[in-house]
Amino acid sequence: MDPLLRRAIVTGLLGSAAGMHVGLVGMLASFQRRETIADYISLGSTLPIVIAVIIGWRAGGPMRHPHLRPAGTQALVLGALAGAAMGVALAAFAIVITTLDIRWILANASQSTADVLQYGQGAGLGSAILILSSTALGTAGAALHVLPGPVARALTVGALVTLITSLMEPFLGAVLRNLSLQVIERFLYARGGLTVVGALIVFLLVAGATYAWATRGAETRRRYAGMPADRQRVGKIVAYLALTGLLLLLPQIVGQRLSEVVGTVGIYVLLGLGLNIVVGFAGLLDLGYVAFYAVGAYTTAVLTSAASPAFSPELPFWGALPFVIIAAAMIGLMVGTPVLRLRGDYLAIVTLGFGEIARIIFLSAWAQPLVGGAQGILTIPSPLPFTNHPQSIYYPILFFCVIAAVAATRLASSRVGRAWNAMREDESVAEATGVNTTTFKLLAFGLGAAFGCLSGAFFAAKIGVVFPQSFDLLVSINALALIILGGMGNIAGVVVGAIVLVGLPELLREFADYRLLIYGAVLVSMMLLRPEGLLPSRIRRAELHDVVGDDEEMYAREAGEETGRPVVSS
Amino acid sequence: MPGRRPRLNLVNLFLWGLGGTIIALALIGSFLTIQQGRLSIEQWQSLIVAGIALGSVYALIALGYTLVYGILFMINFAHGEVFMWGAFTAFFTASGLANAGILESSPVLAFGLTLLSAMITSMVVAILLERIAYRPLRGAPRLVPLITAIGASLFLQYTARGFYGSGVRAYPNFGLFGGDIQLGPLNVPVEDAVVIVSAVTIMLALYVFINRTRTGRAMRAVSEDKDVAAMMGINVDRIIVTTFAIGGLLAGAAGILYTLLFNQVHFFMGFLPGIKAFTAAVLGGIGNVIGAALGGMTLGVLEALGPNLFLTGYGIPAPNQLKDVIAFTVLVLVLIFRPSGFLGRKEST
Repeated sequence: MDPLLRRAIVTGLLGSAAGMHVGLVGMLASFQRRETIADYISLGSTLPIVIAVIIGWRAGGPMRHPHLRPAGTQALVLGALAGAAMGVALAAFAIVITTLDIRWILANASQSTADVLQYGQGAGLGSAILILSSTALGTAGAALHVLPGPVARALTVGALVTLITSLMEPFLGAVLRNLSLQVIERFLYARGGLTVVGALIVFLLVAGATYAWATRGAETRRRYAGMPADRQRVGKIVAYLALTGLLLLLPQIVGQRLSEVVGTVGIYVLLGLGLNIVVGFAGLLDLGYVAFYAVGAYTTAVLTSAASPAFSPELPFWGALPFVIIAAAMIGLMVGTPVLRLRGDYLAIVTLGFGEIARIIFLSAWAQPLVGGAQGILTIPSPLPFTNHPQSIYYPILFFCVIAAVAATRLASSRVGRAWNAMREDESVAEATGVNTTTFKLLAFGLGAAFGCLSGAFFAAKIGVVFPQSFDLLVSINALALIILGGMGNIAGVVVGAIVLVGLPELLREFADYRLLIYGAVLVSMMLLRPEGLLPSRIRRAELHDVVGDDEEMYAREAGEETGRPVVSS
Repeated sequence: MPGRRPRLNLVNLFLWGLGGTIIALALIGSFLTIQQGRLSIEQWQSLIVAGIALGSVYALIALGYTLVYGILFMINFAHGEVFMWGAFTAFFTASGLANAGILESSPVLAFGLTLLSAMITSMVVAILLERIAYRPLRGAPRLVPLITAIGASLFLQYTARGFYGSGVRAYPNFGLFGGDIQLGPLNVPVEDAVVIVSAVTIMLALYVFINRTRTGRAMRAVSEDKDVAAMMGINVDRIIVTTFAIGGLLAGAAGILYTLLFNQVHFFMGFLPGIKAFTAAVLGGIGNVIGAALGGMTLGVLEALGPNLFLTGYGIPAPNQLKDVIAFTVLVLVLIFRPSGFLGRKEST
């Protein structure tokens, strides 16, 4: 068979497998309760729609082995074919799960899942709609290769931003209400999604702006670069001031309920910044990072809470903080020293073990007299004794996040940072060139522990209680996933990662159940497609692509594709 | 680094001190426990038997880690999930057979079918894992496949949660494994005996496969040196897939044997056995097949005896809560004192 044709069908079937997967884990049915575009598209049906566009795009695009580039109409046909293959497979799947009763095995192989796929129109009409719509959407996906670059980009970005705006309804809606802009809110949103008019407006605005930037952006950038240096600096200062103002006013802007979420994101930013030092800078994959977080939280709880069983003179939060740092240094050494000689995988699994040991000990009856066992420790006082306002804890968290970010940036470009870089790239070579790996590894663990413990302290103070259940492996996984998504070794990446992976699931209740499933998918696909993360640090990207880039030919080909030049074979 | 004498520096001093303290505490604890005589000889014996049964399950999982490590020098973090998927399939097969009445009429057939279904599912999961998550990343920096493996592990876990629900499901009783066998002075529950015998048989079969067949020879060649093996005409990619497939088969068998011992399935059940089996593989010397078997048995016995033997002497309440700590402590101790394990090659860390 023609390789392009085969790829189109295989892509379509893979797309249908993805559709079946989201159906069987229950995403389709549980997302059905919300709308993406009110009265027209539900959140559940959005998933197969997006999958169909993606597979159409994949099927219509250029191929690497053998090197083929489908021409205009051919690309459209391939996209349509992939979409059709997916539609047929999914239609069959929907019919199978409704006729065979296998719900005792697969709880979500139910009528409601099939309904989402069949757009609620029953087996006959629904299947026809499904197949036709997937074909059309596949064609649309392939059309992105055919349309001129700026147009395709404008359409893609416009559609993506519209989708995100719709998904963000719980957040944006609440912000608009909080700022008493109910008029806009009612105009844009209805029943958990965008209204048709709202969607059109968002789409047109974003697509227009993207188109303008794609066609005239280069010129604007050139004009900015041509400006005198002091004008540029003024621009930067204004931008920083605006950012600072936004950060300071954030709790007021987003309102009370969302401030809670913003605080949680801040705690994870702090956690991520700490883990970033250990993993991103020093290259030590620590899977037991939760141990630091737990020690910080428990130290705070034991020292400050009146309900703590062991320690009676109660300190205020800020009085306990120095002890938290001391505890952090100790636990950093405790964890760091035994793993000094281990590399890569071994280090990961031993630290994972430490994380579990910490949790088991905090939970055990043995340690109960000190830390309260399964009952935990209650009534931890707030760090700000004078205001009891729930929004106020945001400010100390923000303060420490800024300190941590500045410290991390300064460290990264210092002698220490260079030593970590060298160690991460090749430990033996680093040692041979005179880097004392013992010191620098312990330093990384110590600093990581300090930030982790601080983060834990704020967690304890924010929630007001600590339970051993709060400190399971998932905290470590969360922190790891967020720095990987954002881009290892990069501070802005940590913030973005924390917002996406911690903030969003708190807001989008539909996703909360599938949070870890999505994390897993994110980790795997990031490593396969973009190991340097969304916002990579320069060094990291060079590193990853240097090693992967042994295959020079492939890169030459890719470069040829991007610039549209013919491929030069060497 | 052949023949390098460990240097006397602060770090080594600290590590030896730490290790020495832990071992001394364990020995003193055992002495105190035995002196207090809390458990009878029969109780110790049954603990040991249970430990060997559990250990042979660990050994089966550990073989999967060791085989893959021997060839790719990577830890397949998602191996625990391969095991879990096998156990889940076994659960549904067994329930289906129980509903159809086959479980009562011919239990041996039912057990065979269940075992088969578990092994095949785990094999398929392991092959898909290799194909989708690991193969594209060969030659990438070490951290990259490791993170992929963690991601794949989460994905498999929560896919199972989505597919099968988050509850704990109780296993149907095969009805075939009640009662005890009297072996001299020992009283062995039939379930434990079945687990031990099946596991040992499978391990022997694996040993023969690796040492006596062409594919086994190719596997050994690839683990020795991939490039040279490729030059000798071995299809390295195919051997790697085969290795994952065998690891999967063993994990599937382990899945059903584990559920024979514990009688329940749960989407998170792969995590702890996975980590412990990894510990067992390291204990025996990662990359070494016999080592994995030995390590698994040792760890199982240590875990069964440990809390009662080491901790009750100190009067620690509810020592069994701390039994998972023992596996991790063993792991840390092995990595400090003998990173190459019982039988491992010296350069294995």
